[in-house]
Amino acid sequence: MKKQNYIADAWLVILLSLLFGGGLAGVQASLKPRIDANKLGDTLSQIPALVPGSTRGEKADAGEAVVYKALDAAGATTGWVIPASGQGFADRLELLIGLDATGGRITGLYVLDQKETPGLGDNITAKAWRDQYAGKATDKPIVVRKTKPEAPNEIQAITGATISSDSVTAIANAAVAKFRTDLAGGGIH
Amino acid sequence: MSNDGPTPLERFVQGIIPENPVLRQVLGICPTLAVTNTMEGAMTMTGAVLFVLVCANVLISLIRGMLKPHLRILVFTLTIAAFVTVADRLLAAFMYDMSKQLGPYIPLIIVNCIIIARCEICAAKQGVWTAFSDAVGQSLGFGLALGCIATVREVLGFGTWFGKWLGWHVIPASIPTDVWSPWVIMVLPPGAFLTLGLLLGATNWMTARTKKA
Repeated sequence: MKKQNYIADAWLVILLSLLFGGGLAGVQASLKPRIDANKLGDTLSQIPALVPGSTRGEKADAGEAVVYKALDAAGATTGWVIPASGQGFADRLELLIGLDATGGRITGLYVLDQKETPGLGDNITAKAWRDQYAGKATDKPIVVRKTKPEAPNEIQAITGATISSDSVTAIANAAVAKFRTDLAGGGIH
Repeated sequence: MSNDGPTPLERFVQGIIPENPVLRQVLGICPTLAVTNTMEGAMTMTGAVLFVLVCANVLISLIRGMLKPHLRILVFTLTIAAFVTVADRLLAAFMYDMSKQLGPYIPLIIVNCIIIARCEICAAKQGVWTAFSDAVGQSLGFGLALGCIATVREVLGFGTWFGKWLGWHVIPASIPTDVWSPWVIMVLPPGAFLTLGLLLGATNWMTARTKKA
């Protein structure tokens, strides 16, 4: 019986691996700019909706942190948009939070990525619910209530999705607090 | 090209109803359950499976003479994984919203049994044209099954059909909620199990009736 030669046996597997590896590297290299542009475009396209009066956005100079500056047609700063993420009920939530130019008030909130329960937790993407955050002052953390909000810093939870509601609020509170410290410290331009 | 085995046309027709991958072979159930709460998800998944299955079947058929019996599964998996990665990147580049919505289910096509079964049953044994029409037929069968389930789930769960792409409201949004409100359960996983179960039952019932007649 002929002696087994494993390398000779596997030549097709080895050749295919090399060919596929090379091919995939080529695909990734040629599509990466487009994929990155899609992600950035998704973020930037939300800025006019998140900060009233702004028509476009750009990346701000904020050291390590990622912050977007919202600009009006004349190029003046109308506010800020900060990306924030954290654990939701099912998976990581990625949010964008719009703030006015002084960072004193939230102007809007948008959910970039979520995998919450369809029909319940994914209502965090509904505009009517997200709009509760707009106009909240940032000096006090936002509090989630299960009933109709009474104090100005309160919002109402989604029925059947208390954890999702709490998660969004906690992520937003933490991100806003950090941003306020950075902005006060002069770290963001 | 060998003369044994079904012809390209037979392979094509078999895939759609008689050997439907979901309803007859009960393969590929993970994507069937996971992405069928909207028609957009179901059709994007079908498109991705069509791309991967056609590419994998054609390539395997071309190199079938060089396959070593004990290494064939490795070659199948390698080929499928490569094309799935291409499909995933293409979706992220050109259909970013769908790529976000389908999330991990596109990379999971790698472990979709329909594709490896077709490589084993058809492409590793028959010519390129047979393998090609087999891939298209099986993908259409897959799409048909996904479309049926997604139609039931999206209409009952959201009241729409292709709601995001075409904005069709099958059930008018103006209907007061005390008359009809969306069935949240149809959007959630139980809705997928219920619909698939009833559909499988209906298929079996119809087959039994046809055989008797």
